[in-house]
Amino acid sequence: VNWSLFFGELVSGLTLGSIYALIALGYTMVYGILKLLNFAHGDVYMVGAFVGFFVLQWLGGPLEPAVTGWLAVAIMFAVAMLVCGALGVGIERFAYRPLRDAPRIAPLISALGVSIFLQNSALLLWGPQFRDYDTFDLVGVKSYHIGSNFFISNVQILTISVSIGLTIVLALVVSRTRTGKAMRATSFDRDAAEMMGISIDRVISFTFFLGSALAAAGGVMFGIVFGQIFSLMGFTAGLKGFTAAVVGGIGSIPGAVLGGFLIGLTESFATGYLPGGSVYANLYVFALLITMFLIRPSGLLGSPVIQKV
Amino acid sequence: MSSLGGGPAGEGGLPTAAPEPVDAPDRPRVGVDEWVARVDERRAAQRGLTGLVARAWERVPAPGRLVLLLGPFAIFPFVTSEGNLFRYGLITLIYALLAMGLNVVVGFAGLLDLGYVAFFGFGAYLYGIMASGHSGHHLQAEIAIPIVVVSAALVGLLLGLTSWRLLGDYLAIVTLFFLQAFVIFVNNANGGLNDFSYPFVGKVDLTGGANGLDQIDPLNFFGFHITTTKGYYIFTLISITLLMTMLYFVNGSRTGRAWRALREDPLAAEVMSMPVNRLKLLAFMFGAATAGFSGTIYGAVQSGAFPGDYDVGLLITIYAIVILGGLGSIGGVVIGALVVNGAPELLRSSANARFLFYGVLLLALLVALRPWYKPVIVLLGTLALGFAVHAIASAVWSRGTAGHIAGAGKLGNALEHWVLLPSNAGSIAGWAYFALIVAALVLTLVRGWWRVLVLIPTLYLAAFVWENKLVEQVSGATRLILLGALLVVIMNVRPAGIFGTSRVEIV
Repeated sequence: VNWSLFFGELVSGLTLGSIYALIALGYTMVYGILKLLNFAHGDVYMVGAFVGFFVLQWLGGPLEPAVTGWLAVAIMFAVAMLVCGALGVGIERFAYRPLRDAPRIAPLISALGVSIFLQNSALLLWGPQFRDYDTFDLVGVKSYHIGSNFFISNVQILTISVSIGLTIVLALVVSRTRTGKAMRATSFDRDAAEMMGISIDRVISFTFFLGSALAAAGGVMFGIVFGQIFSLMGFTAGLKGFTAAVVGGIGSIPGAVLGGFLIGLTESFATGYLPGGSVYANLYVFALLITMFLIRPSGLLGSPVIQKV
Repeated sequence: MSSLGGGPAGEGGLPTAAPEPVDAPDRPRVGVDEWVARVDERRAAQRGLTGLVARAWERVPAPGRLVLLLGPFAIFPFVTSEGNLFRYGLITLIYALLAMGLNVVVGFAGLLDLGYVAFFGFGAYLYGIMASGHSGHHLQAEIAIPIVVVSAALVGLLLGLTSWRLLGDYLAIVTLFFLQAFVIFVNNANGGLNDFSYPFVGKVDLTGGANGLDQIDPLNFFGFHITTTKGYYIFTLISITLLMTMLYFVNGSRTGRAWRALREDPLAAEVMSMPVNRLKLLAFMFGAATAGFSGTIYGAVQSGAFPGDYDVGLLITIYAIVILGGLGSIGGVVIGALVVNGAPELLRSSANARFLFYGVLLLALLVALRPWYKPVIVLLGTLALGFAVHAIASAVWSRGTAGHIAGAGKLGNALEHWVLLPSNAGSIAGWAYFALIVAALVLTLVRGWWRVLVLIPTLYLAAFVWENKLVEQVSGATRLILLGALLVVIMNVRPAGIFGTSRVEIV
């Protein structure tokens, strides 16, 4: 057995998976509350990656940053999350809220329109070319190894731990705070929640803010780990984030994380081991989605009533 | 409109002295299903000029409507050049044919199929594999087309089966992923180093990979080759006529009514013991077969199939056609296709694009703002604002007016004195684009005179962004930006589409 390849794919699968998990969380929360597939979510993730990039440029670029490396990274995360949170709230306010009582197909088509709009606006403003994050020098990448086959870099550790940390924070917000309680109530029965004096609009806006901010964090992380971002990166990532949410059980927070890691590992191991994997990895992810639908449509951790956000 | 058919029920049998309110319109009558009989009354009444046109249109009998709609298309090849016929005529018709199938899936049955154009590509590629110099086989079209149609329907069936027990939303994501998978597959299935090795046959060059599948044969029916654009045009037109007639009858049939019931409320339909899943699959397969058929024509017309043609861009285009034409409206898709395909073709030259942009803006202003003096005030205000800004800028910021409109024509020359054209507009135009989006969103929040007030700088900003940024990429990103915005706006303003009938909600 080639352990070096195995561990390599394992670590990169977990890294990729933690990014998918962050995207999946946004999908799962929005779906839990509005029963709406937010197609624009993947593009919010792309915008997040670009905001992070421009913040880094504004701080003086990766080679001569105005502040120390890790602080620069923290600022990138913070600004990207705030901007995309606001973007998510705006999208909900203008593209989805007027359609809340319309036939179900209307908000979906509206979401598709927003997605295309964002994607092509990025293409118009920032061009189709790749942008280099070049953060490797900024944070001083170190590689640690256990034995002679297991390698992991500090950036990968950062990615996985930030993702898990954000998920825990989110889970605490949903389960412990007053707003989280309002979110759960809204998800359970919107009308009843409204009659109990919960401001539905505010709860939904807050949900979009959280989800979009997490997607932005995923985007910045993608830039830091893989080094390059481009305007059309949101589409495929969004699809996989949604797949992760469905595989884990839509509406469930731990499910989204589990699904994210599963998708990341599938993609990574398919690339390394399966026939034609280097170009057809996404096909294998698709096959996983179809299989999941056939054997357990409610997802790994999903049950239709409990565990909804 | 509200006549329930037949004369008054109680005529003659009763003494005239007794007031008999049996046939009064607000009383239910025995033996008539009120809800069904009064279906027309529940349509939202259209007012003004559009309502007048719509009512006149409805009075024309169905065959007349077909002639009115497709007649101009039949005359078109005799009055235009080959190139125009291809660009404006043939492509429009192929899009219309494609959109008609999607209309059955989305408009009739209410299933959001986002992988629809994959079946279009599937048709082109499958025909290419069966009849092209690339693959070495040369099958006759009368054999190849049924094979394509049946296999597209079967693939549709398989894909539909996976969403057998799923909600409509899951179908959307499965089909969208299917489209993505299709594009990845055709991009790589060239028998190259990274490709699959199939059981029994090994590596096969199926699709030609990123270079596409070339040298596809022209359609060849019983030895009769269609070689000219005009030939394809007439073939497509005949197909559309047949399909439209068929859809007209299907729409009124038991299945068609069941589809509509499904669209309005799947749960209620199921409670009424309709075979919901079978109906969904039927619509889905019908759509897939139509897409496969139009893909075959498209492949033969292009004499090639290229992966980039069957991507999300085309999907949005087709959705815009169906939604513009009105979900569930049979004839609407032809008009939708004409608008959505015709406009970008006109957009290809920037002078035309400029006329179209300002023309549509002006028209929208006149239609949307009532009473009449408001658009006039807005127009005059915008003009004045533009000249004022231009005058101030030329005094204090010389770079701001340094740019020129290339190849402008009269309108462009006039615009140079009105709109700011910074010599190196890159980032300024980018920020202006953000500002324009924000201003447009603010517009939706304010009412009355505030709206007029906000509209003036918004319009000027729109002109600025158009001249400095959007006009660069009219056939690329700009086109898709406009289509995306159009989908959002139509869904918010008129969810039934422009030619669709919006119904009054009954609670």
